[in-house]
Formats: sequence, C-alpha cells, structure tokens
Amino acid sequence: MACDEIITVRGLSNAFGEQYVHKDLDLTVCRGEILGVVGGSGTGKSVLMRSIIGLQQPVSGEIEVLGEPMVDRDEAEAKNIRRRWGILFQNGALFSTLTVAENVQVPIREYFPYIKGELLDEIAAYKIAMSGLPANAGPKYPSELSGGMRKRAALARALALDPELLFLDEPTAGLDPIGAAAFDELIVKLKQKLDLTVFLITHDLDTLHAICDRVAVLADQKVIAVGTIEELLAMDHPWIQEYFNGPRGRAASGHKTGASVG
Amino acid sequence: MVEETETSPDGGPHRLAIEGALTISRLGGIRRDIDAAPDPLTLDVSGVDRIDTVGAWLLHRTVRDRGATIVGQSPEINDLIGQVADADPGAPVQREKPPRPLAFLAELGEWTIEFGRTFVGLLGFFGSVILGFASLIRHPKRFRFNAVVQRFDLVGVRALGIIGLMSFLIGIVVGQQGAVQLQQFGAEVYTINLIGRLTLRELGTLMTAIMVAGRSGSAFAAQIGTMKITEEIDAMRTIGVSPVEALVIPRLLAAVVMMPLLAFFSMVLTLAGGGLFCWLVLEIPPLTYISRLQEVIPITDLWVGLIKAPIFGFIIALAGCFQGMQVKGNSEEVGLRTTTAVVQSIFMVIVLDAVFAVFFSQVGWN
Ligand SMILES: Nc1ncnc2c1ncn2[C@@H]1O[C@H](COP(=O)(O)OP(=O)(O)OP(=O)(O)O)[C@@H](O)[C@H]1O
Ligand SMILES: [Mg+2]
Repeated sequence: MACDEIITVRGLSNAFGEQYVHKDLDLTVCRGEILGVVGGSGTGKSVLMRSIIGLQQPVSGEIEVLGEPMVDRDEAEAKNIRRRWGILFQNGALFSTLTVAENVQVPIREYFPYIKGELLDEIAAYKIAMSGLPANAGPKYPSELSGGMRKRAALARALALDPELLFLDEPTAGLDPIGAAAFDELIVKLKQKLDLTVFLITHDLDTLHAICDRVAVLADQKVIAVGTIEELLAMDHPWIQEYFNGPRGRAASGHKTGASVG
Repeated sequence: MVEETETSPDGGPHRLAIEGALTISRLGGIRRDIDAAPDPLTLDVSGVDRIDTVGAWLLHRTVRDRGATIVGQSPEINDLIGQVADADPGAPVQREKPPRPLAFLAELGEWTIEFGRTFVGLLGFFGSVILGFASLIRHPKRFRFNAVVQRFDLVGVRALGIIGLMSFLIGIVVGQQGAVQLQQFGAEVYTINLIGRLTLRELGTLMTAIMVAGRSGSAFAAQIGTMKITEEIDAMRTIGVSPVEALVIPRLLAAVVMMPLLAFFSMVLTLAGGGLFCWLVLEIPPLTYISRLQEVIPITDLWVGLIKAPIFGFIIALAGCFQGMQVKGNSEEVGLRTTTAVVQSIFMVIVLDAVFAVFFSQVGWN
C-alpha cells in the first residue's frame, strides 16, 4: 500500500536543558492507519506527540502535519490545522470549571459559532454517549467523575469536531477491560466510517493487537522500528522481544489468536 | 453543496435533495433549509459524498422529531446514522437551575449557610492548628526546620524590597500632608511628632500587614489550594504526614515571626522617608530630626506597634491556609479562595487594629 503521508517527522531532536529526549528521530504516519506508539516509561512518547502538535519547541528537525509545517508556526495559521485534529492528553486536561457537555462544546463553539442552543446540546449529548459515558454525565463537572470516566469525557472532546486525525495518549489506561475493548471497537468503527488516522500512544498490548495497523517502537531517543506486529516480532532487538514476548505480550497475542479461532 | 428543492405537483411529501458534503462545516445552511421545509418531508441523500457524525446526527434528529423519510442512502450513511442513534441519550446535558424568583432566596440561603460554615470551619481549623503545635512540642523531632527557614525567606527576606520602598514613600507623603496643614498654624515643626507617632503606633504595622496579606496570605491560599486539587494533600495524609504539620505550621510560624521584624523595618524606613522630606523641604537637619523624634515619641508607641504585628501575622496565615484547605473541585475555586483569604485577613486585621487602639488608650499607653 502506497503511503499517503499525513504526519512526517524528520531529524527531530528535543531536549530539556542538557537532557536529550529525542535525537534525530524520523517517523511517518500514513493516512487512514492506526499507528501504535510504544516505548518504556519516559522514552519520550508524550513529548513526541507534543512536538507533533506544536506544543513543544524542538531543538532541530522538521515536522509536517496534514501537509503543513508545524515548527515555528504562528497561531493564526496553525488554527486551520487545529480544527482538523482531536487530541486526548495523557491526564485528560479537561477544563475543570466547565461541565463535561460544555467541555465537548468548546471546540464546536470556537469553530462553528452558528451551531447553538438545542442542536449544540444534542451534539454534545450523543458525543458523550458515543464515548461510553452514561447519559447523566453531561451536566457533571470533571471533579465529579471517576478517573476512567474523565478519560472518556476527554475522548468525547477530542472527537467533538469529527477530526481526520486523532492523537491519543494512553486512552485505555485506567479503563476497565470491557470498557477498553469497547473503546478499541469505537476507534475502529470511526476509523472505517470517517477515514480517521490515529496516532495512538499505548502500553495496552491488547489494544495494540486488536486495532493497530502498524506499531512504532521508541527507544534510545529514536524510533528504532516501525511495522506490523509480525514484522516487529521478526526483529531481534532485545527490548522488542522482551516487550512482545514477555509474559504479558504472549498472553495478549495468545488471547487474540484464541479469539479469532474460536 | 448544492441543494434542490422541489414540491411534488400532487401535493405529496416535500422532497429535499442534499448533495456534496454533509459535515459539521456545512451544517448551518443545510439545517436552515431543513427547518424551512414543510412536513411531511423526504430527504434525498443520494448525492452526499462525504458525511460525518454531526451530519448523521442532523438526519437522525430530523427523522426523530419530524418523522421525515430518508431515501437514497448508502450503507455507510445508514451505519453512521445507526451509530449516532444508538448514542442518542435522551437526557439533558445542562444543569437544572431553580426558577428565577426563587433563585435570589436560594442564593441568600446558600450564602448564609456558607458564612456559618466558614466561621465554624475556621474555629475547627484553629483547633487543629493548636493540636498540631501541641504534638510538635511533644515530638520536637518532627519539626520541619528546613520548611520553616524556607518560609522565613519567602515571607520575610523577599518582602524587604517592596515593603521598604512603600514605607519610604509613605513617610514622604505623610510628612508632606502634615506639613501643609500644620504650616497654617506656623507649627511645621510638629510634623515630626505626626510622622513619628503615627508611624510607630499605626502605619508601620498596618501597612506591613496589608502587604504581607497581599503577598504571602494569597500565596498560601493558592499553593495549598492547588495541592488540594491535585490530591497532593490526600496523598500526604495517606502517607501519614499531617498537612497541618507540614504545610500550615511552617507558614504560620513564618508569618508570626516575620511580621514584627518587617513592621519594625517598615517603621524605620517610614521615619527615614519623613526625615528626608523634613530635611529637603522644611530644612530640618537629620540630626535635629532624630533627637526631636527621641523627645516626642514615648517608647510605649513602639510596643503598641510591635505587639500587634505577630497577631496580625497569625491571622493572615491562618486565613490563607484555611481558605486554601477549603478548595475543592476546580481551578476557579483556587482564585475565589485566594481572593477571600486576602479580603478576610485584611478585614480582620483592620477590625482588630481598631480594638487594639481602644485597648491601648484604656491602659494609658497614649
Ligand atoms: N516539561 C518537562 N521538563 C523537563 N523534562 C521533561 C518535561 N516533560 C518531559 N520531560 C522528560 O522527558 C522524558 C520523556 O517524557 P515523556 O512524558 O514523553 O515520557 P513518556 O514516554 O510519555 O512516558 P509514559 O509512558 O510514562 O507516559 C522524561 O525523561 C521526562 O523526564
Ligand atoms: Mg506519556
């Protein structure tokens, strides 16, 4: 399959003071795929996402998203791109002074001010329900929700504008297994219907097996490998072998083959 | 997007054809056309080439609310409509508000309850601080020496610049205003009495208290409030660290110890500012100014000013820490509580100052 590049990262280096998080990192994401990003804690997955969406000023390197360069963009120009993506931060980052429904409405109000009143409320309500929250969650404030519910509310906000590109930072961490599976299913469904491209940071091996088209492995300040899980398994990098063939990795893949047989 | 509206000649259902993209960015126009079309309505979507969930929702709600018929849909559109229809919660997303005329009463009630609660809460907090002190005295090893020293630095040393500058300027202002009035009686020399006694008894301590409330009282409330939101305080408790011991007592101690020192510093600089004014404008040389101050100011004036200072410091820190601990929920609350802490502490300081003024004149220190 030819790759229609939607995100291109070339020669990216990020540093905090003296400490380099990325050095000369390359990565491409193709339109319509779900790219899983894995790596040990602190290898810079979140920082990579932040630099792709323009929140982290890189030391050097080029980043292109949806055909537009992201480094040193001014706010006004960047706004057109921001409309086309949705972002779920690792810790939710919901606006604490707004209810869940108002949180979902923020991007809609910002970009489509003519959508108001009842229709706006209805849109927020179905987005909330679609993200797997109970119907009565809409009027609640984030502080009145459980950790997992907050994740879902943040997903509802990320999906508010039906984006073409979705960034998810550990979306299933803190969800119950049934909820996590439903989440995987939702992402696949949306991807098929809306031509969604997903940049998915996760530690959840089940999610990786279930929905990712390709997986990128971050280690040693670089993307050391990108490919399908089968391709990665064929490599003999110790971390990759440990990751996918460790006790948890085997359980997740066994689970998958078991399910597809049965 | 192109739209064609046709009414069937035989008066049958109104037919509305939607073409092109049915997405959130085109929603405004399409919705207007749908709202304008009469019932019964048939929506022809055979010309739609792109649709998102918001478009699907528009179709779904038109069917749900107006019984419209949709024709010409592809399986994808059907799927998407099915998906949003499944997510139709049928529940309100807005908070319920009490009806208008009662809202005022409800607010008044809430305000009264809140006032009572704050008062009881403050008493309770005072109690827990006393208990904290008592347990620290029993286990002096738990005393957080480093935290206290750090607070001394933040509350005291770093306030020197701004308090000094403010005091110096106020000294000049008081001197100038006093001189203008006293000149009318040919009694400019009494400006020194005015500056000296006013500064030591009232101004030095009061201005310092207001400055400390604005600088440190607000910081206490905001720091502790933010820690409350991020559950750091809960984490402390579960580890077995008492937030009163770790957070409140160092701040209280810093305010209580630093207030008299800062107040004294402020008095000195106010006197210096007044002295500069007297020298330059009234042509009273500095040495004369100082010896005159010694003659006219009884030492009790200094005690009056300095006795109040630690008490004001205690009130400021108590209000700041208390309001910080009251924060729950969201970041707006941190702002509100910080404001309340400053307003409350300045108010209490001024009320107490009035009480002290009466008290000291009753005991004959005037
Ligand atoms: N604002 C910051 N200031 C300084 N260092 C930072 C900052 N943000 C991240 N880092 C450092 O960058 C490195 C990568 O952090 P990052 O949050 O990207 O990790 P991660 O791969 O997302 O880990 P996890 O799986 O635990 O979320 C870490 O070593 C972290 O200490
Ligand atoms: Mg992270």
